[in-house]
Amino acid sequence: MSEDSPGLAHHFDSYEQQKDSATLGMWTFLVTEILFFGGLFAAYGLYRTSYPAAFRAGSHELDITLGCFNTVVLIASSLTMALAVRGGQTGRGKLASVLLVLTMVLGTVFLVVKGFEYHDKFVHHHIPGPSFHFEGPESNHVQMFFVLYFAMTGLHALHMIIGILLVGYVAKRAWSGAYTPQNYNFLEGTGLYWHFVDLVWIFLFPLLYLIGRH
Amino acid sequence: MTTTPSTLPDGGPRTHYLNAAYGLKSWLLTRDHKRIALLYLVSVSVFFALGGFMAVLIRMELATPEGDFFQPDIYNRLFTMHGVLMIFFFLIPGIPAVLGNFLIPLMIGAKDLAFPRINLFSWYLYSIGGALTLWALLHGGVDTGWTFYTPLSTNYVSTSVLTVGVGIFIAGFSSILTGLNFVVTIHRMRAPGMTWFRLPLFVWGHYATSIIQILGTPVVAITILLIAAERVFHVGVFDPKIGGDPVLFQHLFWFYSHPAVYIMILPAMGVISELVATFSRKPIFGYKFVAFASIGIAVLGFLVWGHHMFVAGQSIYAGVIFSVLSMLVAVPSAIKVFNWTATLYKGSISWDTPMLYALGFIGLFTIGGLTGVMLATLGIDAHVHDTYFIIAHFHYIMVGGAIMGYLGGLHYWWPKITGRMYPVFWSKLSALVVFVGFNVTFFPQFILGYLGMPRRYHSYPPEFQVLNVMSSAGATVLGLGYLMPLIYFTWSMRYGPKAPANPWGATGLEWQTTSPPPVLNFETPPVVTTAPYTYPVAANAPEVRSV
Repeated sequence: MSEDSPGLAHHFDSYEQQKDSATLGMWTFLVTEILFFGGLFAAYGLYRTSYPAAFRAGSHELDITLGCFNTVVLIASSLTMALAVRGGQTGRGKLASVLLVLTMVLGTVFLVVKGFEYHDKFVHHHIPGPSFHFEGPESNHVQMFFVLYFAMTGLHALHMIIGILLVGYVAKRAWSGAYTPQNYNFLEGTGLYWHFVDLVWIFLFPLLYLIGRH
Repeated sequence: MTTTPSTLPDGGPRTHYLNAAYGLKSWLLTRDHKRIALLYLVSVSVFFALGGFMAVLIRMELATPEGDFFQPDIYNRLFTMHGVLMIFFFLIPGIPAVLGNFLIPLMIGAKDLAFPRINLFSWYLYSIGGALTLWALLHGGVDTGWTFYTPLSTNYVSTSVLTVGVGIFIAGFSSILTGLNFVVTIHRMRAPGMTWFRLPLFVWGHYATSIIQILGTPVVAITILLIAAERVFHVGVFDPKIGGDPVLFQHLFWFYSHPAVYIMILPAMGVISELVATFSRKPIFGYKFVAFASIGIAVLGFLVWGHHMFVAGQSIYAGVIFSVLSMLVAVPSAIKVFNWTATLYKGSISWDTPMLYALGFIGLFTIGGLTGVMLATLGIDAHVHDTYFIIAHFHYIMVGGAIMGYLGGLHYWWPKITGRMYPVFWSKLSALVVFVGFNVTFFPQFILGYLGMPRRYHSYPPEFQVLNVMSSAGATVLGLGYLMPLIYFTWSMRYGPKAPANPWGATGLEWQTTSPPPVLNFETPPVVTTAPYTYPVAANAPEVRSV
């Protein structure tokens, strides 16, 4: 079977069935990811309602300029990702590969900026734990804000790191012409994943940086 | 109907999935869903044996009112590890990863699951998670109860919460990937003519199970991750010092862990539907109701977690709502039991071993389910909360239900899996011994709980001794009942008589192919033209025609 239909796995009858399976599988995986983050969002919702003043105070400590910048960077990376998938779909592997590398660069920029933000928290003793220090009322509840801030952005950053590695692998494969219009499923799946991670940030940014600032 | 004889015309042995390749590598790197199912069979059996061994030690300690064998801290570890091993490493993967893995592609006429490599990967995840848990077990184990309630698990105990948590986390991804594989396979890999309402109810049961695995498991995964983080950094989401709410942990935990009960029972219900139809020689009464009851249980199952928290500081209004919703789960469950009973009615019933297990299941599940309705009422639950009544209730579901279904399914499909029959007498005896042993073990616990004996203690007042001795004696019988299949199944793999393609005269695509099936499951791609369970099987009415 593999001689006359390259890239078609032995247990599928057609490219269409293979593509449908890959896409449905990826969407299903993203559903599990939503619920994975969902636990944290639930915790955020509970504590935000319980301690609104402390969460406002915590939110004020975040750098809204860097947050905005990172949001733009991520949205741009989603554009390059979408174009890369289109490149794979139309059989232009080299173009797709260049766009994927660009996606990696933008993802790395996001992480570097995030690193500066984390460093700033470290300097100001806003890392939760014994050395946490916050001038003002309800400092223990502000600490809860920072626990959630680090848990949510940390888990998001971990997904970004996995995403960048994945995109790098896909870029290498795309350069060597591994993706054809019949079978670019892995590239498309990686794209879906990247957009999902992007979308998580689109929710994290207002929840952590914007709500209750004014 | 085309079936290949078990030997080729020239008398040489036929190539099937078991003899297609030999050697350790051909197993450990296989992508064949049938071989992966057997890998799972071996692994879950090991964990079942270990979990069972813990149960033996627990029942040994409880034979007398005093603490004779174990100190309280050791006893805490015993019941915790019993729960962790049985729930996360036996009951949850049990039927889906073994029977579901083996049968779903066969039943829907596919060559394999949609993602064979992910299927193998999930077995490795399961094994790594299991190995970590066993490593923790050898290094002191964990003593929080399998529920890991905070702040006990985060701030107080010094046992291996972190290691076991990571082990469960990794095994959880194995469960997610299995569910994902099943959903995609059932959606995309069905043979021509295999419409949704021609699917065997076993497949419907697994579809519903997969939904729970996909939606529930990630929530417990993040919860365990948060516990792990809190243990590492000594500050976290559940920490009361910074305003954290331990009840939030219980919400997140039971959001998965209550539906997880349906991960255990829904596949068993799927097995029972197959067995009842085959051994009554009748189509399942109300097929669509039974199919949708599975989905109904999966959906409702997500809305009832609060009944674990009636006395945990949850608001009374939440309690009332969770109470009503919990009772609603009884509706689809009862639909299934009534429909199985209606299928039995005027059927030509044969008393083969799988059917004995199936009938045992129906009885025990009914008791477990009805006591579940009792526990859903707030007043009774407040009275028997944390007593042996709860233990008895959920063992009737998990052991009397899920394990009876698992064993019934193993006895039913064993000829298909191995191509060998097992001894009739011993297997019927095992079904009887398991049924009797189970009831003697767990029925006294209903009474003990109602009289007020609390769970999780290694000693108890002397007036409870008679019932506890009964329970321990029953556990011995039950243990023997479980040992018997282990012995004769192992024996049958070498010495059992060769099984024909369809030893039970059943419908269903898995019986149309040879025993054991060829590597790609079917010699000719099957096409389905009829509904499932078209009993009685007329000699000239083939269910499958070849193309």
